[in-house]
This record gives sequence, structure tokens and C-alpha cells, in this order.
Amino acid sequence: MAAVDQIAARLVLARPGSFTLDVDLQLPGRGVTALFGPSGCGKTTCLRAIAGLARAEPGRVVVNGEVWQDDGQRIWRPTHQRALGYVFQEASLFEHLSVRGNIDYGRKRTPRERPTVALDQAVDLLGIAHLMDRRPHALSGGERQRVAMARSLATGPRVLLMDEPLAALDGERKAEVLPYLERLHQALDIPVLYVSHAIDEVARLAAHMVLMQDGRVLASGRTEDMLVRLDLPLAHGDAAASVVEGTVLRHDAADHITTVQFAGGQLLLASATARPAGEPVRLRIQARDVSLTLAEQVDTSILNILPATVVQVSEDSPGQCMVALDAGPTRLLARVTQRSAVALALEPGQRVYAQVKGVAIVN
Amino acid sequence: MPFSSADLAAIGLTLRLAGTTMALLLVLCTPLAWWLAHTPSRWRGPVSAVVALPLVLPPTVIGFYLLVTMGPNGPVGQFTQWLGIGTLPFTFWGLVMGSLIYSLPFAVQPLQAAFEAIGSRPLEAAATLGAGPLDRFFTVALPLARPGFITAAILSFAHTVGEFGVVLMLGGNIPGVTRVVSVQIYDHVEALEYTQAHWLAGGMVLFSFVVLLGLNLTRRRASMVS
Repeated sequence: MAAVDQIAARLVLARPGSFTLDVDLQLPGRGVTALFGPSGCGKTTCLRAIAGLARAEPGRVVVNGEVWQDDGQRIWRPTHQRALGYVFQEASLFEHLSVRGNIDYGRKRTPRERPTVALDQAVDLLGIAHLMDRRPHALSGGERQRVAMARSLATGPRVLLMDEPLAALDGERKAEVLPYLERLHQALDIPVLYVSHAIDEVARLAAHMVLMQDGRVLASGRTEDMLVRLDLPLAHGDAAASVVEGTVLRHDAADHITTVQFAGGQLLLASATARPAGEPVRLRIQARDVSLTLAEQVDTSILNILPATVVQVSEDSPGQCMVALDAGPTRLLARVTQRSAVALALEPGQRVYAQVKGVAIVN
Repeated sequence: MPFSSADLAAIGLTLRLAGTTMALLLVLCTPLAWWLAHTPSRWRGPVSAVVALPLVLPPTVIGFYLLVTMGPNGPVGQFTQWLGIGTLPFTFWGLVMGSLIYSLPFAVQPLQAAFEAIGSRPLEAAATLGAGPLDRFFTVALPLARPGFITAAILSFAHTVGEFGVVLMLGGNIPGVTRVVSVQIYDHVEALEYTQAHWLAGGMVLFSFVVLLGLNLTRRRASMVS
């Protein structure tokens, strides 16, 4: 029996000609959970089955204590009777209605007893107040997606399902929408399922993630832990990175250096905008930006030198090694050449210094 | 006055027939076009072909079969007699029946194309916003398919106005009841009344041109909006 504060989904769905989705998910009832995997791994199908847009057979979907589907008990609620918000890859706004009309469409159909997010709050969070009287075709891609998010939030959903909401946007638009997404996730107290194949988005937005492959769950857990598990494909290749959660200690306006306190010490990074002390931040440190030394270097341009212990060394690609390190309780990844690994005789338990350039840390 | 009272009666009858046919077709073809646009059924192909038959069949063939089925010994005729309304051939409603078949593809195909162009995504979005199936249909699918409805209305009206063969087979030539403009022109020519024939024929050319021009303009506007 699923706990009240949880999303449980047992889904089997055959896709003739490609894969069979077969997953048993127990997801946290709050915060952002990413469904991550390569294209065609079944993550979108999984989301559609939870929403009732596709029918898993057999399937069982329980969201925070509410049974949406249970083939064992012949329970099936059609999509329009499920208290969910769904954001599609393309905004899918109703072209015949204004932005206000689009947002009112869902609100008018929301059962009275459902507690709704204040409309003003959703509009404000997404910065669309000045767009309310426009027609969808007069909006940019980023604006359309923000309106679509406000539209689904305005119905007071119990869960927000997002299917690659940034995938159809170019880099500039993506950068425009991402901060809104972050604010949204911090302000909401409902769970968000976020489908994506972009690891940087997942690292930035999701506290929990489910890694999928060929219609099955490969692994799931906290994002920080998953990213640095050398037995998973996430911690290999060019995109491998660790995520460090910390708080802003101070910002030096003279040279734009922000100091962040985290469990394994302090990190300095260049940041154009000042951030107030005490603000929580998630930093992404790419494995290829971390170098290792046996002795602590002086006279170097590298700002961050963290004492660490080697946990595991694993072959990455020909000539390259991935090294997992612990800086205090925080796990980092370093990608070094095989030659360097041999020269430094890297092995588990060894004390090293991890060096990270201040300009390489992604905020 | 270039038109005789018989001409005016024919024009009035033609407009009434085309208007009635158009209205009935829009109502009847909407569910049919919806089904064709969305069904995964293997009957989709055969049904599409049947719907398109009036495009290629000679109107006399359509008229002939309708005459047989709606006549006193045909199944439809037996049914209408059992209902106590007699048989349909040589009546206004017999012409309406014929026109429904004759203009069917001109209503179904634009509607089907419009529904297919909308796709399932806006309807899925509406479902996630709490709209049930009928609600979604009336508040999302119908408004989005509006250009298709305009095209279907114009084409089915205009095509019914241009009907001749089916009318002749099914309605004969009864003044005020089944004598439409196209038949009236035929009568004028038979009687060598070329002046009257010119007025009606010229009117038809002008009418058709205006209709097609109007259609073109609405299509252009629709594509500019989307």
C-alpha cells in the first residue's frame, strides 16, 4: 500500500515494433523527480500512462493516496478526472483563445473542492501578466511554454507532469525559461515529474531521478548520488558531472567572486550577478574540469583546491579514466587520462587534491 | 425584368434546396468526418472510398439507384410508405436526399482534413485541463476546425446549386417543386429561348465565380492567422 505522500506507478505497456514499458515506480510525493534516459527509452510513454493519455495494461497509478488506475480493482479514471497538470513539449495552447482564455479554460473546469493555486501567484511566478490579452500566435516559444505552465498550474493539480518542456526551445529561449522553472519548483508544494534527455536540466532542477533504458528502470535515487555512480552510464562520457548543494557565503562585488559553502568545504566561482548570503545554490562541476594533484599547489590560477580521497577509479573511454572522490561527504568526479592515473598511481583510499577552476563551475 | 416568374421560382427553389442540403450535410458529416479522421478501424479505407464515390460516378447513376431504392418497390420507398409519407421521388425532399448523396464528399473531405490538421494534441491538452470528451469536442475541436466548416458549407452549397443529372433522374421537371435553375436553363434552350437561358446561365457563372473567390479569401485569411 502506497503511503499518502507518494506517487506509485506500476505500468506495463507494449509498444509494437519498439519496446515494452515495464516499470514499478515509487516516487517522492514532493519535489522534482526527473525521468531521464535516451530518446525512445519510454519516459514520455511512462508520463502519458500516469496521466491516462495512454493506457497501461495492466497498470496501477496512485498519486498521494488517490487511486487513478488499478486494473486489479477495475478502477480507471479518465484523464479529465485526474487532478494533474501536464506540460507538453510544444506548448499546445488553444490558438482560438487569448492567453487569459487559455488559462481560464482549465480553471473553469476545476472542481470547487480542489484547492487551487492562486491564479495571481502562477501568473506572477511565470512573469506572464503583460501577455494576458495576447493571442498564442503572437507569443515567442518561451512565452508560450510559460503560459502553458501557468495554465496547468491554475487548476490546482496534485501533481505536475512535464514532458521535455524545454526541448523544443533554442538555447537562448531555454535560458529564458529555466529560471522560471527553478522558481516554480521552489514555490510549489506539489510533486513534479520532469521528463528530459538533457542531463544539465536534470542536474539543475531535479532532487530525485529515475534513469530509464529500453522501457525499464535502470536505477533511481537522489540526483547527486546517481550522477556520481560509476556503475551507471551517467558518470561517464563528456557530460559526466557532479552536483554540489550549498549556500552562498558572500559575494565580492569588486571582482565578482561568489563564495559557496558546501559540506566538503568552500567553492569560489565567477558570478556576474550578486546573490544574497544564505541563498541555496546547486553547482555543477563537470568531471573534465577537475584535475588531481598529490601535493597542494601554490602559485596557480586555480581558485579551488579541495583535499579529497579517491573512492574508485574506472575506465571511461580508451586512454581516459573516471575517478570518484570524496571531499568530505561530497562526492566529486574527475576525468583524467590513463597516463596521469598511472603516473599518480591513483587507487582507492589515496589522498589527493582536487583542483577546479573558478570559471568552470556551472551555476 | 430579365427573369420570368418561372425563372424566379426556379431560383428560389434552388437556393432552398442548396441551403437545406448544406445545413443537413454539416450536421450529418461532422461525426462522419470526425470518425474518419480519428479511427484506427480497418473500415476507414472502404468508408472513405464510398464517401468519395459521388465525385466520380455519373450523376445519372446516382439518380438511377436513388430512384430505384426510394421508389414504391425499393427498401427506402417501402419504409417511407410504411411511415405514411408516400414515396420521395418527384418531391422536394426526394431532391434533398439526392443532393445529400451528390454533395457528400464536398462536406466530408474539408471537415476531415480540418480535424486531421488539428491532431490529437490540443484535445489531450484539454483533457488534462479537466474537459470531458463532448466538452473537448465543442470547445476545442469545433472552433479550431472553423475554416474547414466554412469551406464545407460553401462547397456543398455551391455544388448542390450546380446539380443537374440527379435532379432530372429523381425529380423530373415539376415547376415550383423540382424544377431547379439548371433544369430551367435546359428547358429554355429546348424551347430556343436563348435570351432567358443567357440570363440564368450568366447568373450561374457569376455566382460560382463569387463563391470560389470568397472561398479563396477565407482560406488565405485562415492561413495568415495560423
